[in-house]
Amino acid sequence: MTYPELTDGDPAAIVPAMQGFSNQGRPSGLRSNAVAVLVGGALAMGGCVSVNAPDKPIVIELNINIKQEVIYRLAADAGATIDKNAGIF
Amino acid sequence: MLSRTVQFRSAAAAAFIAAALLAGPAQAQRDPAYASARASGQVGEKTDGYLGVVGTGNAEVRHLVDDINIKRKAVYAQQAQAQHATVEEYAFTAGCLAIGRTVSGEKYQAPDGSWNTRTSAAPVRDDRCP
Repeated sequence: MTYPELTDGDPAAIVPAMQGFSNQGRPSGLRSNAVAVLVGGALAMGGCVSVNAPDKPIVIELNINIKQEVIYRLAADAGATIDKNAGIF
Repeated sequence: MLSRTVQFRSAAAAAFIAAALLAGPAQAQRDPAYASARASGQVGEKTDGYLGVVGTGNAEVRHLVDDINIKRKAVYAQQAQAQHATVEEYAFTAGCLAIGRTVSGEKYQAPDGSWNTRTSAAPVRDDRCP
């Protein structure tokens, strides 16, 4: 299907590949791009970074969401609690 | 050897039960085993408000720490409810204060998780501590 009005009266743009001339134009460009990607990939593989498991235990900070204002509000009561239960503190 | 160990264990258990009966809910003073474990740096105050075993420890020390932490958690839970806070928030606050109250030679946990020995200088604590 061609729409001449879209090309302002000029003949419709038809890529030769669409007509079966597969050895001309775009396809060869695509092929060289594919080769470049493969070479690039091979180079990247050569500089592969290996990740080892850490030898120290992973510490997960669970108190990260505790707000300072809450701590200040609780401080007086917590101090009294420690005094009252001196045997376990 | 075995019988002596068994004797020791039963004696320790009896002493523990007697102490538990005498002490009641609120203990006024530290148990001697706990006091010596603190002084010798076998146990330390953690940032989360609980006691921790410094290093690998041994069965007795681990039992002591677990026992105290269960009691602490019960107290934290009760007070947190009264103060409309979470147990973690209350425990963390108590941890700030407990680290602040350590004396020279005792161990405490720094915000990075490492065990520090308390000196006469102020302890390294979380920025949020009061």
